Amino acid sequence: MSNITPSQTVGPYFKYGLTPGNDYAWNDAFGNDLVTPNVSGERIRIVGQVFDGEGKVIPDSMLEIWQADAQGRFADPQDTRAMPNAAFKGFGRCGTDAKGGFEFRTIKPGPVPGPGGKPQAPHILLAVFARGMTQQAITRIYFEDEAANAADPILTLVPADRRTTLIAKREQGVTYRFDVHLQGDRETVFFDL
Amino acid sequence: MTLIYPRESNAAHAPRLSPAYKSTVLRSPSKPLVIIPHTLSELTGPVYGHETVRENDNDLTIQHKGEPLGERIIVHGHVRDEDGRGVPNTLLEVWQANACGRYIHVVDQHPAPLDPNFTGAGRAQTDSNGYYRFVTIKPGAYPWGNHPNAWRPAHIHFSVFGHSFISRIVTQMYFPGDPLFTYDPIFNSVTDEKARMRMVSSFDIENTKPDWALCYRFDIVLRGRNATPLDND
Repeated sequence: MSNITPSQTVGPYFKYGLTPGNDYAWNDAFGNDLVTPNVSGERIRIVGQVFDGEGKVIPDSMLEIWQADAQGRFADPQDTRAMPNAAFKGFGRCGTDAKGGFEFRTIKPGPVPGPGGKPQAPHILLAVFARGMTQQAITRIYFEDEAANAADPILTLVPADRRTTLIAKREQGVTYRFDVHLQGDRETVFFDL
Repeated sequence: MTLIYPRESNAAHAPRLSPAYKSTVLRSPSKPLVIIPHTLSELTGPVYGHETVRENDNDLTIQHKGEPLGERIIVHGHVRDEDGRGVPNTLLEVWQANACGRYIHVVDQHPAPLDPNFTGAGRAQTDSNGYYRFVTIKPGAYPWGNHPNAWRPAHIHFSVFGHSFISRIVTQMYFPGDPLFTYDPIFNSVTDEKARMRMVSSFDIENTKPDWALCYRFDIVLRGRNATPLDND
């Protein structure tokens, strides 16, 4: 047994501290718009809803994303391949609304090296927190218009009949839809990390 | 510095399905989680963007015109990794109820009064040794709808980042000796007693400020160990 501090649920009342938006008088540390002036790459929107095991929307969840820039580099000195693109931080946070909905404005990430130096298809990490979740659930958002998905070293570890839960659908323009089902027949694939 | 993240460390966490905590029943995955290797995506994390932390964000008692009511306390400690090294310059976010057990969140229906001088949100960054410090008011217990006569022990919610996306944790800090521990399914969702007690702060008389504030110490251990060097390094 390790000595780490255990996780506990984020609970129902995180909003005024973590995702205040304009609803509470507290400055935002992070928001759902990752696009900074002069950042390179294709600007995209990711929209979706979060559902529980009965298909009901979850209006009180919090989502966090983490991604590389358009060149596939992370804004973290631990990524030593190149100087991080300081114009793009790669991290965003959003609470769900009354309809379980969320939205991120970001850029399409570039390919990132995977195990053995094999490239991974463009993807975004997504963590879901909510009342009733003892710890966050982590998944990945892939893009349906990326041919590289077929050879992605992580997607190929996922049972074939469940891979579609990780693929965001291009709706119109630059909007991708990615719904999250915490449980049930349409359950999103979550990773054991 | 290269860190590795042993999967066994996750055994400290509560099961995702913890039926005594009722809302886990429909919000926990029913299919097995897929084991994948840790890639650069998981091994990195947000280290920039903390510039929004303002000088006094770690003092929850000075955010309004007057002082909040309640028991003024200092909460401090270190954020460390599994090898005991301090995690420097990492962001902590806290949120809590007021002294009466009432959250400022619009959804909170507990018929206890709001405090016009207390929001209950704070932020701090650890220093170069991984040390952090907050000043706040001791939160009250509050009732919730999980089961008849359900009360949460007094607690402060903590959100911590650490070195990577997989060291990130959201947890709750409790106060020593709370009689509600026995009855709380969220606290007890962590089934290992040693792990559970790591969420309980300790009373810190040495750092109590005479005539001003009691002090509690809450040390946080995040996932991550130093990679074992290879023999031929």
